[in-house]
Parts: sequence; structure tokens; C-alpha cells
Amino acid sequence: MTQSVTKINVAMLKKLLVFSMIMFGFGYALVPMYEKFCEVTGINNLLQPDVVDKNIKVDMTRLITIGLDANVRGLPWQFKSLQSNVKIHPGESIEVMYEIKNDSDREVSGQAIPSYSPRFLEKYLKKFECFCFTKQVLKPGEVRRMPVKFIIDPQIPVDVSAVTISYTFFALEPGK
Amino acid sequence: MSSKSVVALLGSATLAFYSSMAFSSKYNFPEPQSSIAQDIYDQHILALWICLAIFIGVFGVMFYSIVKHRKSVGYKAANFHHSTLVEIVWTTIPLLILVAMAYPATKTVIAMKDTSEADITIKATGYQWMWGYDYLQGEGEGISFYSKLSTPLAQVANKEPKGENYLLEVDNNMVVPVGKKIRVITTANDVLHAWWVPAFGVKQDAIPGFIRDVWFTAERPGIFRGQCAELCGKDHGFMPIVVEVLEQEKYAQWVADKQKASAAVVTTAAVGN
Amino acid sequence: MAVVQDVHGHHDHHPSGIMRWVTTTNHKDIGTMYLWFSFAMFLVGGFLAMGIRAELFMPGIQILEPELFNSFTTLHGLIMVFGAIMPAFVGLANWQVPMMIGAPDMAFARMNNWSFWLLPVAGALLISSFFVPGGAAAGGWTFYPPLSAQGGLGVDMMIFAIHILGASSIMGAINIITTILNMRAPGMTLMKMPMFVWTWLITAYLLVLVMPVLAGTVTMLLTDRHFGTSFFNAAGGGDPVLFQHVFWFFGHPEVYIMILPAFGVVSEIIPTFSRKPLFGYSSMVYATASIAILSCVVWAHHMFTAGMPAVGQLFFMYATMLIAVPTGVKVFNWTATMWRGSMTFETPMLFSIGFVFLFVIGGFSGVVCAIVPIDIQVQDTYYVIAHFHYVLVSGALFAIFAAVYYWLPKWAGRMYDEKLGKMHFWLSMIFFNVAFFVQHFLGLAGMPRRIPDYSLQFADFNMISSIGAFGFGLTQLLFLYIVIKCIRSGEKATDKPWEGGSTLEWTLPSPAPYHSFETPPVIK
Ligand code: HEM
Ligand SMILES: [Cu+2]
Ligand SMILES: [Cu+2]
Repeated sequence: MTQSVTKINVAMLKKLLVFSMIMFGFGYALVPMYEKFCEVTGINNLLQPDVVDKNIKVDMTRLITIGLDANVRGLPWQFKSLQSNVKIHPGESIEVMYEIKNDSDREVSGQAIPSYSPRFLEKYLKKFECFCFTKQVLKPGEVRRMPVKFIIDPQIPVDVSAVTISYTFFALEPGK
Repeated sequence: MSSKSVVALLGSATLAFYSSMAFSSKYNFPEPQSSIAQDIYDQHILALWICLAIFIGVFGVMFYSIVKHRKSVGYKAANFHHSTLVEIVWTTIPLLILVAMAYPATKTVIAMKDTSEADITIKATGYQWMWGYDYLQGEGEGISFYSKLSTPLAQVANKEPKGENYLLEVDNNMVVPVGKKIRVITTANDVLHAWWVPAFGVKQDAIPGFIRDVWFTAERPGIFRGQCAELCGKDHGFMPIVVEVLEQEKYAQWVADKQKASAAVVTTAAVGN
Repeated sequence: MAVVQDVHGHHDHHPSGIMRWVTTTNHKDIGTMYLWFSFAMFLVGGFLAMGIRAELFMPGIQILEPELFNSFTTLHGLIMVFGAIMPAFVGLANWQVPMMIGAPDMAFARMNNWSFWLLPVAGALLISSFFVPGGAAAGGWTFYPPLSAQGGLGVDMMIFAIHILGASSIMGAINIITTILNMRAPGMTLMKMPMFVWTWLITAYLLVLVMPVLAGTVTMLLTDRHFGTSFFNAAGGGDPVLFQHVFWFFGHPEVYIMILPAFGVVSEIIPTFSRKPLFGYSSMVYATASIAILSCVVWAHHMFTAGMPAVGQLFFMYATMLIAVPTGVKVFNWTATMWRGSMTFETPMLFSIGFVFLFVIGGFSGVVCAIVPIDIQVQDTYYVIAHFHYVLVSGALFAIFAAVYYWLPKWAGRMYDEKLGKMHFWLSMIFFNVAFFVQHFLGLAGMPRRIPDYSLQFADFNMISSIGAFGFGLTQLLFLYIVIKCIRSGEKATDKPWEGGSTLEWTLPSPAPYHSFETPPVIK
């Protein structure tokens, strides 16, 4: 009896060890798997510009005020938009300009992420050109202007009259 | 004491207690200064009355039973153990009561989210440990300043007597005009904070990298105080929010002064160059 | 199967001394260790609470610098939740589940030993983190990033402790599920199980469901802190709010993990001392199950101020309010059980009635918190502190006290001192309310939680609350005395000390034999 129990236990231990090793490997395998998954399904494509229907109708009856906000976190930079607000008709394309300036005396890199208010704006904002999620390297004192080109989908709910587009620059650790 | 008088006594004591809550702000929300805050106040009072009624109902029965159905008075146990009808009734009634509470709340939630058509947009940025305000849009556009606790450290360390607005006073108040719709965009520099002014019924987390918005319309001039409402580290308890509501003309005056001051700063800077 | 057989085989000599406890696979020994461990952690957590209340006794900073104050609140929360309340319920399950279903022991006896012995390690990690450079974690028991990304070694120790605690809970839960599903005495169908067993079965499923989520959450936090990932870090495209979602997906079911077994305890005790069967047994079972299911879809009610779209807020508001319905059913059932019973009021019954009375207040404030506009005002204030202490202290903790008084005669074979027990109840009841009722007012009037100092308008209620808290803390030493006195010199208990007891454990001798049921009893 004890003999067979030991045997069973050793066999079980082996199986469990193999299983944990497979699970450990699986954790790493997830990285390429998710990448493939996103590539195939087209999710999470942050860098590709949005595409819109060529003959989208401009809704001349409405005018939406867009606040352009800029923030820097942990960087010796100045970051601002050249216009604080713009007014456009839904469906009309517009280009706005942001500017960053490195105030320090060393080369610094950063990257911006966007945020919108109201949050559902994300669904209706189609950007053709943008600087977010792209690494920016600035030499000491360098100034750079970066355009953002977009339209607002006329499908946006009728009661929306003012929205805010906000960018925040974060420092990128060297080597990334 | 008869069980009836016990119940009556208990009931009226609780009643007195709860209504005292409703009329004095030490026990309740501060006096509402905006329509949303008023809605919240009313719904809270409604919820309290409903809770009180249920409380008296349930515990009235329970304490009656505790007094009467005890072995020491010789009460013999009955042996029933379910009743489908009763069980259906006491599932449905609470459901209906909840619907009655949810209905006004739903309307308020939708109203709270309506940040459109604001007269002035102000960005409130949480820092460890102070607030920064940027007037983004509307009258005062371009004004930008930090707002820090102004209570002297000696008061915190109990070396000086504490002032009237101990821990609720700042060097630069956020100033807004009365009767105008103010949209506040919140974000943060480092960790989460929350921008909270009880009198206006607004509380919104400030999240680094993201913006959120809330709105309020102050109905009366005055100074209204709040505090950071999300743990943000060591001095979380020391970054109050003070909103000063001014009459329209005074607000215009404040804007003019601020803009003159910042222009002066710019020129001196230019001269200094 | 052979493995299990071997463990349950008869070997009547056990190692003695400390090795008896280290190597034991007996459900009673392990249950005892769980209970003592949880009491020890309760004292540690209580010590931290006294520190917090002492600092808040008066405005101004007196004894705890703000950073240390934050560590105190953080560790108080973690230790009470994971060190005191949860292990206490697992301890009760270890003792009672086999006895109440007519089984000889737990299904996985060695795993049972292992899941207990992980706990002291985790406890030691948490406590010793106070003494490492940078101090203990100070980001709240909810440890939201980015703040929790800022801390030092203490945060890593906390993360590691949570991993260990999670592993322990999952093992305990699997053990309980297996025991209940496979080892019931012949004739005990699921719908004949005592309520305590039912509530634990459902709780164990919740544990298996959500503890891995917690483990995942802290792992993501760990890799964000040390291995360059950006799950919760906006700079790399992550989102701090994601953390709150995953944390509360664990966190809300967690609060029900702490209360469902309490419901079970009270559902055993009230019928016993009313000398009348539990009213609406099957609706109790369904209510418990529906609370458990609903508890998995309400998590974002902790995040109403994080900025959700209106539909999100409304959904979570409605779902949360719905939970009040099955919870109400339970309260009505308990009341109906007492109705026309023949009640006596020994200490377990007093604590159970105290539980119902105060838990209902906590439930009411829960519903108030569920209403989004009101919650916007009270979220992160002392109102929420009052709410969850009403459900956790006068809820979960009172139920644990009730359970200990109720079953101590069976465990120790001796009676506790009834007079002292009653005193323990009344003092706890009074001081608890003094400490926590006024916190509702503080929260409504605008006092945020997790602050070491406050403005003058809050001074008097804070002083009252601190006095109540000190009283409550001292009273618990009385409990320790009562238990020790009972074990050492209590009167001999009969096999069935409570006239109305009807579950299987009362058919065993007192104290219960080492192996509960060698031959399974048959249920008619
Ligand atoms: C009628 C049932 C209940 C309802 C409707 C309810 C509702 C809520 C809501 C909406 C919150 C969030 C408040 C806020 O942060 O603003 C909350 C917090 C909390 N509840 Fe409940 N609750 C109920 C029962 C319970 C039970 C039974 C427990 C535990 C035994 C519990 C423990 C907690 C805890 C620990 C928190 C605070 C978590 C934190 O922020 O640290 N609640 N409850
Ligand atoms: Cu804060
Ligand atoms: Cu919850």
C-alpha cells in the first residue's frame, strides 16, 4: 500500500511540475499571441490614421467648440496648443497645431497620450494625423510644432456643443 | 412597561433623532448651493425617511416578539416555517420602494453629466500636494495659478491656536462668477486626487494623463470649501479646495486684476531679458 | 483515492508539543489554529485602529506623522480583512463543516495544513513591513496606483503577502467545496444542509472565482513597479482606472465573502434560541445564491467618482440596489423565525440579534451609497467608513463572536461564563455605536476619509468616536479572558448545551472527538 502511494504521489508531482512549467511558458507566449490577435482583428492600432467615408456630409447647422488642452508630466518641456479653442461644423476637417519646447540643456524624449471629454468623443473623432503614442526627441532648447488633423463625425449626439481634446506628454525612460 | 409604549417610545426617539439630522448641517450635508446639490440633499432626506419607516416596521415586529415570545414568560414555540405568500410580498414591496428611490436619482445622474453649454471652463490639476487652476475658456481665459494650503504649519503642530478655517484655507482661491455654468476639467500631475466641493454637489477624481469633467452653477456669492477626496500620499489631508463665488461685476474686476498682474510679470520678464 | 484513504487511516498516536500543531492534518486542530491566528491578527489590527483613533482624538498632529498614519490605516484594513475576518470564518468552517455534515474530517487534510501555515508567513510579512526602509505600504487597503507605484519595499512585501494569502484562501475554498459536495452523510441532500454549510459552499465558490483576480491585479502592479510594464501607467498607454475595475471585481465579492458565512452563523443561532425551525429555508438558500451572483456585477459602485459614462453609473446603481432585495428577504426571514418562538437570550443569541439590528443599519447606508448622486457626496468620506464598519464589525465580527460562544461548549467541552459573555455583548454594542454612528454625521458634513488631521467643525464627533473606539478595543480583551477562562476552568458542558440545537454536531459528545464521525450518521 505505502509503496503504491509513493508511486502515485511521485507521478502526480511530475505531472504538476510539467503543468506549472507549461503555464509559466504560456505567460510569455501571451505576448506574441496578443500581438498577432490585435494585428489580425485590427484592434488597438494606435498609429494608423482613421479612415472616413470620402463623401461625408458637413452639418452646417451645428457648430462645435473644441477646447485644445495640453499637459506635461515629469518633463522639462513647455507644451501648448497654438489656439486654445476652435469652432467647427461636424464633418468639416481641420488642422490645429501644438508646440513643444525643451527648456532643459539636455536631450529629452517624451511621448503623448490623448484624452477626451466627454469620453464618448473618442468614437466620433476621426484623426488623420496626430503625434500621440509617437516618441518625440528634443535637443536642448529645440522647439517643435506638431499638427493634428481631424474631423468630428456628424453622427455625434445633437446636444453636444463643446468638447475638449487633451494631450499629456510623459517622459520616456531612456532606451525605450 | 407595555410593549406598545416601548415601540412608541423607540419610534418617537428615532424620529426626533432623524429629524434633528435633517435640519442642522452639523449632522447633514452642508446647505446646497447649486441645483444638483439640492437634488442630492432632497434625495438623501427621502432615503432616510424610507429607511426609517422600514426600520420601525421590521424592528417594531422584532422587538414586540422579543418582549412577548420569550421562554421566561412561558411562551410556547409555534412550528411554522414558511409561507409562500408572505415571502412573495416581502420581495415585491422592497423592489417597488427601490424603484421609487432610483427614479429621481436617474434624473439627477443625467443632469450631472450634462456639461454642455458651459460659460466658463476651468482645468483643476491635482499635484502632490496642491491644486493648479487654468481658466481655459470663457471670461478669464488664460488665467492660471496654483492654490496651496495657507494654514501655518505651527497650527498643525499644535504650537499656535488653530484659526477658524483651519486646514480649509488656501493662498489663491478659485474664483467664479455667480449664476454662470462652470465646467471643471480635472486631471492630475502625479497620482489620483479628487476635486470635491460639497456645497455644489461635485466630486470628481483627477487622473494623471486623463481628463474628466463636472459642472456646477453657484446660486449665491460666498466662499465654499472642500477637500481632496482621494488618498494621494502624505499630505492628502492638507490640500483643500476653496471656491470664491463673486457677483458678476466683481468677477470681471478680479479677471482684469489677474490679467494685469500676469501682463506685468511678462513685461518684467521681457525687460529682464 | 488511495492518498485520501491513507490520511484518514487510524493512527492514534500524534506527535506532541509544537510538532503536533505544525504537522497536524486534523480539521479541529487546524480550525483552532485558524481561530487563534485570526484573534492575534485582530489584536494587531486593533492596535493599529487605536493608533488611528488616538491621532484623530483632537485636531492637529499629535502622535502619528501623516505618512505613518497612512501606513496605519492601510495595514489596519489589510490585516482586519485578510488576517482577522477571513481566517476566522475559515476556522469556523474547519471546525463546523465536517461536524455539521456528518463527515470525519476535511477532504484534503494535508492541503488544509498547508493553507493554514501560509497565513503566519503572510502575517509576518505584513507586520514586518513597518520596519523596512520606507515603511509599510501607505496607499490604502485598496492600494490604487499610481500612488502604490510610488511606495518602497513595504509595498512589495504587501504584494507578496497578498499572493500568499490568496493562495491560502483558494486552497481553503477548494477544500471546503470538495468536503461539502462529497462527504455529506447519507441522506443529507443539498436542501437538507444546515444554512451555515450552504453559505460557506457559496462563499467558497466566490473565493475561487475572485481570489485569482486579486492575484492577477497585484501581479500586474508588481510588474508595473519593477519590470517596465504599463498596465496602470498612463505614460505607457495604460490606465490607472483599469486597476480600480479589476480590484473591485475582486473587492465587492470579497465583502460578501466576509458576510455570507456570517449570515449562515446567524441562521443557525436564531432558530436554536427561538426553539423553532428557520423560517423560509429554501428562500434563504436562493437569497444567498442570488446575493453571490449579483455581487459579481456591482463592482463599479466603488468608482462612481472615477468618471464613468451615465449608462455605466445607472447600470451599477440599479444592480447594487437590487442586492438589497435578497438581503431584505434574509432579515425578514430571521424576524419571522423569532416570531412566536420561545426565545431565550444567551450570549450567542444576543450577538445574533445585535448583528441583525446593526447590519440592517449598515444595509441602509449601503443603499444610500448605491444612489449615485448621494454617493458622489459621500464617497471617500467617513460616511463610507461608517457604512462598512456597520457591516463588517457589527456584521461579520459580531457573527464570529456569536459563533464562538455558540460552539465553544462543543469545542472545549466546557461552558463559558454567561454573565461575562453578556457583559461582553452589551459593552461591544454600546461602544461600537458610540464609535461609529457619529461617523455618519462626519461624512455627511464633509470629512474625507484617510486624513490624519481635520478642520475644527469635526472635532467633537471625532472625540466621541475615539472614546467609543477605545472602549470597544478594551472590551475585546474581556473576550480573550472569557475564552481562556472557559477553556481552563469552565463548567463541564453537556453534549447538547442548547435546548433548541438541531444540527448534527450536537449529537456528538462534548468536547467533540478527534475524528468527528467515524461512521456516518444517517439523515432521515
Ligand atoms: C445592502 C447591501 C449593501 C449595499 C447596497 C452596499 C453598497 C456599497 C456601496 C455603494 C459602497 C461604495 C461606497 C463608496 O465608496 O462611495 C460600499 C462600500 C463598502 N461596502 Fe458595502 N454595501 C452593502 C453591503 C455590504 C456588506 C455586506 C459588506 C461587508 C461585509 C460591505 C462592505 C463594504 C466595504 C468594505 C466598503 C468600502 C470599501 C472601501 O472603499 O474601502 N458592504 N458599499
Ligand atoms: Cu488627496
Ligand atoms: Cu461593493
